[in-house]
Amino acid sequence: MMQMTGADLIVKLLERQGISTIAGVPGGAALPMYDALSKSEQIHHVLCRHEQGAGFIAQGMARVSGRPEVCLASSGPGATNLITAIADAKLDSIPIIALTGQVPLSMIGTDAFQEVDTYGLTIPITKHNFLVRSAKELLTAVPAAFRIAMSDRPGPVLIDVPKDVQNQMVSFEEFPDVVVPDAAPSFDIAAIEEAAKMIEAAERPVLYLGGGVIHSGAAHMAVTLAEQASLPTTMTLMALGAMPMDHPLSLGMLGMHGARYTNYVLEEADLLICVGARFDDRAIGKTAEFCPNAKIIHVDIDRSELHKVKNAHVAIAGDVAQVLSELLPRVKPQLRKRWLSHVESLKGRFPLAMPGIDNPRSPYGLIHAVANCLDDNAIITSDVGQHQMWVAQAYPFRRSRQWLNSGGLGTMGFGFPAAIGAALAAPDRTVVCFSGDGSLKMNIQEMATAAQENVNVKIVLFNNQSLGLVHQQQNLFYGKRIMASRYERPTDFLKIADGFGMRAVDLDPAPNPRATLAEALNTPGPCLIHASIDPNEFVYPMVPPGAANSEMIG
Amino acid sequence: MSEQNTNLSEYIPDVPEHNGFTKVVLELGVANHPGVMSHICGLFARRAFNVEGILCMPVGSGNTSRIWLLIFEDERLSKMIKQVEKLEDVLYVRQHVGEHPVFGRLDEFFQ
Repeated sequence: MMQMTGADLIVKLLERQGISTIAGVPGGAALPMYDALSKSEQIHHVLCRHEQGAGFIAQGMARVSGRPEVCLASSGPGATNLITAIADAKLDSIPIIALTGQVPLSMIGTDAFQEVDTYGLTIPITKHNFLVRSAKELLTAVPAAFRIAMSDRPGPVLIDVPKDVQNQMVSFEEFPDVVVPDAAPSFDIAAIEEAAKMIEAAERPVLYLGGGVIHSGAAHMAVTLAEQASLPTTMTLMALGAMPMDHPLSLGMLGMHGARYTNYVLEEADLLICVGARFDDRAIGKTAEFCPNAKIIHVDIDRSELHKVKNAHVAIAGDVAQVLSELLPRVKPQLRKRWLSHVESLKGRFPLAMPGIDNPRSPYGLIHAVANCLDDNAIITSDVGQHQMWVAQAYPFRRSRQWLNSGGLGTMGFGFPAAIGAALAAPDRTVVCFSGDGSLKMNIQEMATAAQENVNVKIVLFNNQSLGLVHQQQNLFYGKRIMASRYERPTDFLKIADGFGMRAVDLDPAPNPRATLAEALNTPGPCLIHASIDPNEFVYPMVPPGAANSEMIG
Repeated sequence: MSEQNTNLSEYIPDVPEHNGFTKVVLELGVANHPGVMSHICGLFARRAFNVEGILCMPVGSGNTSRIWLLIFEDERLSKMIKQVEKLEDVLYVRQHVGEHPVFGRLDEFFQ
């Protein structure tokens, strides 16, 4: 018979799930959990400067490791500050466990100090959530949280634990088993055979890969499928790296900021094989005009995604890796010379224009200069905005989990804490966070965390003193009426980094920016690399929001 | 470049209309604990999917409950049901077409 407090039990259960790092911020209602953590030899607690930073650090760890990671916050504002990071994890299907302290059970519902209905607030942004009402319940809730977070389509799970439940003694015979993901849903082999026939019969097929390919660890199988059946392959923002960008069959990213030829190829397709993607509006533009002539095969582990946006002719609810392993032996090798040479000619006529690629003081040039200093082992994160789209277009991603970004929620402030998390999960890798001056300010306080942990994170800051993508849209779609998208006063980011104890270099005055960049990237430890960017540089091509993908500007 | 774009504007799609007059009854088996109803009702509310009637009682030992929902047929119904089925606390969803007696007998309480 074992006896311990709820808080000690939580820590033990986390340890048994293999958790070695937790990101969090303490507070009154979480103090018993922090006291229990002080006794743990296995768990390293990373003290963040804002709970949102903690949430994104957990996300960064989870996006690199592929397994649930944990963030911890107190009640009230601690919990509300976590919310953006949890919602972000929901939209990108990232397995995180958010633990929050709550006021004691007897005070719930009394507007107690730092009381907020965390359970109610997080219902729509979690895969599942728990308000634990006795220490004994932790024996089932904590393992269930891990199981739910990593099974089927991954996602965030929140466990809200009142302070008295953390202090309550619980007796039990033995620890619950360490949980593993549930078996993926079984699927119909007849549908696989039908899909194989459609691929064989198609004249102009396109393979469309989404983040599910990364989550399922199926990138190599997707590439094999493409090679075997000669399928031009496009990737969503979440799937970049699934097929190397320099692969001859790669069409790069589709959608709002995809290359012209990519969207044109999709328009001509007679078969779209959608694997682990969900027909997001930024990817497909106007739904009715996306792949207008194509039959659709849709593979997704989440049954509710099938037929949600586009009706599929063959819909398979299953794990991408399992489905592909059944599909591969049934797909006949084909050369498709005509289609591939047509794709090649579209690529030649409508390539992605990357002006300034040889100039490290321009957006594309800086991205290429960074890539030239790194190999495929590096992890690249980004914030949200113009820099994110330029990186998505131009960075030579070549492997799964190399690229971490906030795809669904589009959260400015994601990139830097996620990079810290990535560096904590993979301390032997260099982690580069491409950011903008708007985004970086949204979680800039985590510079203190990065300096404290001495993580190998480099921020490459594209500073145009504006909210670039807003500025761009006001220029293009709102009659050039610039409203609230330019920062009137410049910010001295170098001084800020210095103030937080983080090294900073400025490429602007550097006589040889490539050399300065290389030195900064190759020196271990956190560093801010500042570069000014022309605010009138726009991301092209661009599909106006709501328009068809064929209506690209630029 | 910018000159040619002066006539462009952002396209905002219209809100699609979804109104049906056929009543549908959904029967849900759910885990019985506080909060389950919020999970389910939130899904419908978010999508402006009006629920006309709700009945909920525990069944058997009280570990599970049964929820009866009365709704109007809507082209989004099958997508809605798939979302409900994804909830961890929802054990099954059954769809009953037509005038199911479960709500009919309640009429006298709503005179």
